[in-house]
Amino acid sequence: ACSKTSRQLTEATAAFNYNTHINACHKLKQVSNKRRNSLKVLLQHDSPASSTLRSTSYVVFRFQMKVKVLSRNPDDYVRETKLDIQRVPRNYDPSLHPFEVSREYTRALNATKLERVFAKPFLASLDGHRDGVNCLAKHTQSLSTLLSGSCDGELKVWDLTKRECVRTLQAHEGFIRGVVVRYCGTSFFTVGDDKTIKQWTMETPGYGEEEEPLNTILGKTVFTGLDHHQNKSVFATCGQQVDIWDEQRSSPIRSFSWGVDSFSSIRFNPVETDLLGSCASDRSIILYDMRESTPLKKVVMTMRSNTLCWNPMEAFHFTCANEDYNLYTYDMRFLEKPIKVHMDHVSAVLDVDYSPTGQEFVSASFDKTIRIFPKNDGHSREVYHTKRMQHVICVKWSSDSKYILSGSDEMNIRLWKANAAEKLGVLSHREREAANYSQKLKEKFQHHPQIRRIARHRHLPKIFSFYRFGFSSTKPGSVPVLSEKEKHVVSVVK
Amino acid sequence: MAKVSKIRKSKKRSKVAGSSSKKPPVVYDDEQEEDVCGAEEDVSSEEDDGEDERKRQKLLEAIGALGGKRKHALAERSEAAVHMSEFSMTADDEADLSDLIGTIEKTPAATAQTKKHLKNLQRSKNTVECPLSKQENERIQRDVAFQKAALEVSRWQSIITQNQRAEQLVFPLNQEPSGPKPIEQVVMGWEARTPLEKEIFSLLAANKQPILDAVLTPAEEASVKAMDLEQVKIRRAERQKARALQSYYEAKARRERKIKSKKYHKVQNKAKRKEFVKQFEELVKTDPAAALEELDKMERARMQERMSLKHQNSGKWAKSKAIMAKYDEGARKAMQQQLEVNKDLTQKLVTSLSKEEEEEEEGEGNTDMLPDFVNDAEFKQDSSNPWMRGRLSEDPTEMELKDTMDALLREFDSRRKQRQDQESDTSAVIVNDGDDGVEEDQVTEDKVAEISDEEEEGLSEFTRMYRGIGKSLEKDAGSKDGSAELEEGLMRIRSVDDVDLLPQETPTEPQQAPTPQHQKSAEQQPSRSRKRKKGIELREVLTKETKVIKVPLAPTVTDSEEKLDQRVLIEEAFAGDDVISDFAREKRKREDEGKPKVIDLTLPGWGEWGGLGLKPSKRKRRRFRIRTEVPPPRKDQHLPSVIISEKRNSAITPHQVSSLPFPFENPAQFESSIRTPLGRTWNTERTVKKMTKPRVVTQLGAIIEPMADEQLLKGKKKVSARRRSRNTKTRTQPAK
Repeated sequence: ACSKTSRQLTEATAAFNYNTHINACHKLKQVSNKRRNSLKVLLQHDSPASSTLRSTSYVVFRFQMKVKVLSRNPDDYVRETKLDIQRVPRNYDPSLHPFEVSREYTRALNATKLERVFAKPFLASLDGHRDGVNCLAKHTQSLSTLLSGSCDGELKVWDLTKRECVRTLQAHEGFIRGVVVRYCGTSFFTVGDDKTIKQWTMETPGYGEEEEPLNTILGKTVFTGLDHHQNKSVFATCGQQVDIWDEQRSSPIRSFSWGVDSFSSIRFNPVETDLLGSCASDRSIILYDMRESTPLKKVVMTMRSNTLCWNPMEAFHFTCANEDYNLYTYDMRFLEKPIKVHMDHVSAVLDVDYSPTGQEFVSASFDKTIRIFPKNDGHSREVYHTKRMQHVICVKWSSDSKYILSGSDEMNIRLWKANAAEKLGVLSHREREAANYSQKLKEKFQHHPQIRRIARHRHLPKIFSFYRFGFSSTKPGSVPVLSEKEKHVVSVVK
Repeated sequence: MAKVSKIRKSKKRSKVAGSSSKKPPVVYDDEQEEDVCGAEEDVSSEEDDGEDERKRQKLLEAIGALGGKRKHALAERSEAAVHMSEFSMTADDEADLSDLIGTIEKTPAATAQTKKHLKNLQRSKNTVECPLSKQENERIQRDVAFQKAALEVSRWQSIITQNQRAEQLVFPLNQEPSGPKPIEQVVMGWEARTPLEKEIFSLLAANKQPILDAVLTPAEEASVKAMDLEQVKIRRAERQKARALQSYYEAKARRERKIKSKKYHKVQNKAKRKEFVKQFEELVKTDPAAALEELDKMERARMQERMSLKHQNSGKWAKSKAIMAKYDEGARKAMQQQLEVNKDLTQKLVTSLSKEEEEEEEGEGNTDMLPDFVNDAEFKQDSSNPWMRGRLSEDPTEMELKDTMDALLREFDSRRKQRQDQESDTSAVIVNDGDDGVEEDQVTEDKVAEISDEEEEGLSEFTRMYRGIGKSLEKDAGSKDGSAELEEGLMRIRSVDDVDLLPQETPTEPQQAPTPQHQKSAEQQPSRSRKRKKGIELREVLTKETKVIKVPLAPTVTDSEEKLDQRVLIEEAFAGDDVISDFAREKRKREDEGKPKVIDLTLPGWGEWGGLGLKPSKRKRRRFRIRTEVPPPRKDQHLPSVIISEKRNSAITPHQVSSLPFPFENPAQFESSIRTPLGRTWNTERTVKKMTKPRVVTQLGAIIEPMADEQLLKGKKKVSARRRSRNTKTRTQPAK
């Protein structure tokens, strides 16, 4: 009986609500007034009534508007706990949602705008060197450790979480040309202008102990570059020739020279670990195999390459940073033509480093900017610069792929986010879902002019616009058209 | 002569040796050969020459001794070595290999083997090539090394392309799979440490007990090893086939069960029964004992069925159906069937027990045997009257379909008359009744009366008739105790407290004409019950009551008039605005705008006199009157309810894509990519998740190592698995 009365009550309120609704309707007002008197609730019993039958009844308005009262099972819509997701019943019939494209376009436009609003890539500046930062090295085992060598021979070890220097040592006299951490992370090597290679332990010496290298190797010539093997106790240096060293020996186990008198950088391939690549001052890039007695191949370009970096996820791809403002990605098997030319810098590119995911790379340039390029895109997706940042000499992408570190002429190391608008830290489920959705929306509508314009807009110093729209002195058609890929390779030497 | 030629040749040879790298080696080989031949000839003539020389020398000396004039000739100097030779050979002569070999032929000391070797040497005319220059050599080495390296690197090609095409990449690559590890792996790492453990293990080892609980016993392992690949394949194929067959049968059974056709099932059942009977008959012929047993079994099954509570509408199924019966015709029917089965089963024994009684009862009609009304199966004997069918909830339209139209009409007439007679005294009767349902009943009654007053014509005949029945029933209930006239309509065994259930029920017989038979039955009630006591009273035997299912009735109000009124209502509400004519006007306006117009550009007074009363000449007017071109026909000219505007909307253009973007090949492709919505407003949760999956996923705070060799293996496995799945039919070697 109780349930019966309660249900009748709800029905009555439903009727009342309906009535007020009618009142709100402007047009229907007069009509309803006319008919108000005849509004009656008819509780009609179908004749063969049992006690339960009587409880089901139908509300019939006398002005002939039938209201079917929904009775829902609370189990269908009441959450058991607060943490449960609210069930929202939806009808996905496309005919009910006619404006989905325009709605999503608006969402995409807003997402793009918000991305630009939240794009604050600069995180911290690590300050402490007394000369330009010449080289950087990531720790192989710890994400928060960074090593940097400056032009006055001072080496600093940084704690990135605290953003402070934890150790300083005078490693060399003159420039430190290269720093690299051994694969186990317990020691690191440095080379400098004083013709020495030094190995240092990673641990800070105790109180009163002096900073002394574990090993020192005296070379005959200046070393300009250094890299360590991925998983063997072998490292490589370059200077007047390329040397492969065993850590246990004081003389190189192998030396490569191919008619060049100076090299600027050498890098081990992280995937196919016995291969090396080096950039030479005769505008060439030379490939080596550590196990062979001779170099493999050489490609000569129109201008000198400063550094190269192998893709950590694609064994045969490497990118070199060239003096002609461009970066070139090569397939090492087909050196006749780069597979991509990356243009956007307006001065010589000094350093390049791949993201550990192998999807993007970052380049540092003499034009005081760093740029992020997708590996198969001809133009950068991002450019970072600050007012005070001078020529950027070295750049590294952190091994969790979230941050970028750059060392520049004006003695600072800067920490950047790899994705400018990304929220750092742990995201809640809904935040992540929303971010994924807006990312996909941006991708979907990326070709629409308004969205592209906003997404590509960057505030840059005026000099960049001058470079971009520079003038040409040749008459159109007077020079044969060469594709950009073919233009920059002079020859391939076997 | 010969000497001269020899010298020249040797000179030539030395020259060749000096410039070997310049000249092709083939040429070099020819000269060598020639040289060898020449040398042989020389050796044979050399000895004769020597003797002649000596003679000649002697002769010359003798001549010189005769005269003393040519002394100075003897003073001529020469190198000693030139003339000093063991075999009378000068330093100019060079010994060739062939010179030396020639002598061996003659020496008997040399073995036959060495001779043979030497002959072979002589016959082979190749010489050792001159070593390449250092640069050339290095170039070749580099090339070979490069080829090797390129080949080695190319093994990564497949995994790289795979990653490039992948929808999602998860880094770091070598993440350990979460979840439980195989027990063996966990156990293997464990070792005894404490002294107790060590002692236990030593004891176990001493008694040759298995220390580690291996997943496979040694016998199993042996069998696994013994089974070769082919056997495994065959066995697997067999198992596959068996599984497939099973699934086919299951699917078939499911399909058959789903068939709703009663006829089909009837036929099917009949066939089964026939089959069974045939089998049984055969069994009777062949093995009577077994047949008897079978019969016994059948009987027992029936008994079991009777004793158990099946078909009592008490099971889970019945309960669920009872809920559904409110809405679902099918469920209602299923329940009815169930009840019929129940009835059959319970009645069987009674009939078999008391046959005489059955005959008696049959004469009276077996209505009294039935359980409660709602649960009853349909009565077949009363098909002429739809109201007697025990289902008031049935749609009136459904009843219309029945072929007993004339009977119905007769019924209606009589009802109407009856109602008109009784209408005056119904309310009074109800008040007298004094039951708990009275109040509501009265309200209903009032309403009914009101409605019937107002719109008697509007109500459908069915509704009216239906009310009539209700009323008559109420009357029955009200005057049950009093009037004997109405009593005859109710021939059920009923107590007074059942009265409030009455409206739910329908009389089992038409009410207007009470037959003597019925009267008799009413009178005979007590005697019948007495008689029945002889047999087994089923209700008493069964432990549980058959459940009463209460089925609510569907509303029977028609709303044709309501709809009509609603339309009027809306018409009234929107009386003011005539949307259609507004639209037509606007369209006409647009059409007029597009029509060609005549522009008059004549300037009065230009090139001729102007002024009051003067008009520009006709020629001039004709010349300066410009007619605009006729535009192409409007696209909406045949669509009366549409306006198509072909003007470019400048507000939208900055938002529109002007040219086809790069990866797309045609506009349709691009448009379809735009048309697919991504959000959860338009897609299901699962689809949204799939579509908004990010391309690269990284773990927070994890170092991403470069790709390692294990990835290569993984990639290969994946590729090979895909390939295997692609050609499952062709037997291929499993990839390693």
